[in-house]
Amino acid sequence: MSISTPAGAARPATTSDGSVLHTILTHPLGRPVGALVLLLLVAFFTIPGFFHLEVRDGHLYGSVIDIINRAAPLMLAALGMTLVIATRGIDISVGAVVALSGTVAAMLIGGTMVMDNGVPTYVSNMPMGWALAAALGAALLCGAWNGVLVAGLGLQPIVATLILMVAGRGLAQLLTDGQIVTVYYKPFFFIGSGYLFGLPFSLFLVAAVFFITALLMKKTALGLFIQAVGINPVAARLAGIRTATLIFFVYVFCAACAGLSGLMISSNIKSADANNAGLMLELDAILAVTLGGTSLAGGKFSLVGSMIGALIIQTLTYTIYSLGVPPEVNMVVKSVVVFLVCMSQSSEFKQLLQRRKA
Amino acid sequence: MNTQVNHDAAPVPLLELRGISKSFPGVKALSNVALRLYPGEVHTLMGQNGAGKSTLIKVLTGVYTPDSGEIMLDGKPIAPASTSDAQALGISTVYQEVNLCPNLSVAENIFIGRYPRRFGAIDWRSMQQQARALLQQLQIDIDVTAQLSAYPLAIQQMVAISRALNISARVLILDEPTSSLDEAEVNLLFSVLRRLREQGMAILFVTHFLDQTYAISDRITVMRNGEREGEYPCSELSRLALVNKMIGVAADTQALADEPLHDGAAVFGANVVEAQGLGRKGALAPMDFHIRQGELLGLAGLLGSGRTELARLLFGADKADTGSIRIKGKAKNFAVPRDAIAADIGFCSEDRKHEGAILSLSVRENIILALQARTGLLRAIPFKRQQALADEYVKALGIKTASIETPIGSLSGGNQQKALLARWLVTNPTMLILDEPTRGIDVRAKQEIMSYVTKLCRKGMAILFISSELPEVLRCSDRIVVMRDRKACGEYARGELDDTTVLQVIAGDAHVAGEAA
Repeated sequence: MSISTPAGAARPATTSDGSVLHTILTHPLGRPVGALVLLLLVAFFTIPGFFHLEVRDGHLYGSVIDIINRAAPLMLAALGMTLVIATRGIDISVGAVVALSGTVAAMLIGGTMVMDNGVPTYVSNMPMGWALAAALGAALLCGAWNGVLVAGLGLQPIVATLILMVAGRGLAQLLTDGQIVTVYYKPFFFIGSGYLFGLPFSLFLVAAVFFITALLMKKTALGLFIQAVGINPVAARLAGIRTATLIFFVYVFCAACAGLSGLMISSNIKSADANNAGLMLELDAILAVTLGGTSLAGGKFSLVGSMIGALIIQTLTYTIYSLGVPPEVNMVVKSVVVFLVCMSQSSEFKQLLQRRKA
Repeated sequence: MNTQVNHDAAPVPLLELRGISKSFPGVKALSNVALRLYPGEVHTLMGQNGAGKSTLIKVLTGVYTPDSGEIMLDGKPIAPASTSDAQALGISTVYQEVNLCPNLSVAENIFIGRYPRRFGAIDWRSMQQQARALLQQLQIDIDVTAQLSAYPLAIQQMVAISRALNISARVLILDEPTSSLDEAEVNLLFSVLRRLREQGMAILFVTHFLDQTYAISDRITVMRNGEREGEYPCSELSRLALVNKMIGVAADTQALADEPLHDGAAVFGANVVEAQGLGRKGALAPMDFHIRQGELLGLAGLLGSGRTELARLLFGADKADTGSIRIKGKAKNFAVPRDAIAADIGFCSEDRKHEGAILSLSVRENIILALQARTGLLRAIPFKRQQALADEYVKALGIKTASIETPIGSLSGGNQQKALLARWLVTNPTMLILDEPTRGIDVRAKQEIMSYVTKLCRKGMAILFISSELPEVLRCSDRIVVMRDRKACGEYARGELDDTTVLQVIAGDAHVAGEAA
């Protein structure tokens, strides 16, 4: 059961030239890390003061912090997606769940202005704890729905989650009448834009979810079972694994991550935008997982890899914007970079190159 | 000792391999191997598991690139880079595990990638006609428009062969094609091979069955430990000598394999598993079943006779429509395999690749999987303990692997099978079901597995042993239940049966040996 090293930890030293470069190239995390470093280098040489950090009002500021902060929702979504993909599944309803959870939270919190001793203050419609719980509860229900369709009724994951992808966002739009719901209650902003010990609070949230997940994988047999189910579901069932329960669980987990991600996004933009919040986030999450070296065919997975994948995507976006490239070009550039990274992971492509060299 | 064979009919080999070497991390799979294949001959490649037969074939068909050496076709060097390259050169292969698309029709499977066309579109009618004609050559009359998965493995194998034949092959490689065929089907296959031989095709045949080797081969190449041991005309090599050359140990191995494993003085305890009227529609007619502590119960019968179906019901892999199961006297209801495992039952499936091994997980992970599933998701078995268990069984069963962290998929078939056996042994089951545990593995691994299993039996484990190989069932079992047409048709004590009688019962021939049970 490997968490950070999907396929390589157990591999015996392959060739005689045990150079550092070779180790990096053959380590499953080598390529994603390499891609990220390369991107950061490009950013360093093209964006002045890219690595510059300063403390303002006791908060750490700088491009790198900004990237990590903005990547946080994607990192969360990618964590959930990693486990789903490891079971040979896919969840394309992540963006819809983000919209739904953000909408539920925003509507329940809202914020009305009251005069407190002559000072205008905003209070939430409902205690914030309840509102957040309701938002996450909605996300969990979404996950349970996906889980039942995939694990219980045996629908193909892409079709099963397509239903919620459409319905979830639709439901959010119904709730808000298609309007943007603005939140005025300040404590809610802390989730997406607050600071703790000088660092963005969102970072701590992501770190907490990551470590809990990693710990679950390491300290329980969850990682092993998820891999077994992803590689060979029939054999896993015959070995006594509750395959259906396990698959149900990963969809619930994925939706929970998406729900949290939704809270972060709506808190960050101080509103819930049912039309645009989390739009296409599922695709970025799938991309992050793939960039991190987890195969869409299921089985071996890497949580760390997915985190790095999310950072690659965000760094890329940031760099492109900072370079003053028009947003329209962003998509194209992104696809080119993704294409290159995927090529570097393709064994077929490598064979092709080797054959040309020979 | 290499015997040079002069092939009168064709002094120039059609296909020749020279000095082929291939290494994998930590293993030298082939070293300096040579092979010559003449047109119009059936050439059998023999060797134990891990001797390098499969690797050699993969080199020949472009799956692997050899590290050194050359492949000559018609005296010209070739370097197939893929199976389709090899096919284009006229080298077709039928693999041990059927490599077709189960959800496509029979005809589509035969012509996939080479559909007959008419005005640019696929000519379905011509495709079906040709498919029918091809299968008729093999004297098989099935609906070519039906899904391939509707037919048993044996028929699927024949479809694979007719696909290979259709690729106007000059060299036909058959990698253990008979391991899932019954005797009549094997004879059918052989008559087809003989016809092809007359037409001048060069056939390379890989098998573990000695009988079949002698029934069809002109020449034999023996491999051992990744090297060519020698090439011999079939008529000049006795069975004993052949087994010797494969195993490389002193003479009496074949005799050993024929010796009964059981001394016949077994002591049985109480019934550990009992079933009454256990059945499932379309799979098994309701039948009674019991097995005692320390008993090795053999299930004989043909493919589809209901033997695997019974095993699956006893393990909860399929749900029974009728009947009840009692484990050590307590009524149980198995909805999923997990329930059966909790009741101390283990099940080694006949389909190692799809229902057993989890290929990219390590040997260790594969071995502890069932135990971990039974222990529970939250109580992970400590890593040290996992290692200790894996090490213990790798040693006890003689599993050949670079390390316990090697992916099980890179082990040879026999070693994978041993690891899967270990998966169940670590759970220390009351009853262990072994469905074709020795299929497609070599004599020595077979012997090792069966003698280990017999020892377990002596220690009190109940073993339900299913095998297509009658001598093996007769040799090992304390009691034999013969199955035919999805029901039990006879039960015999040890020594009551011999080869011919069982065959008659299986075939439903005469009412011999009394309709016991």
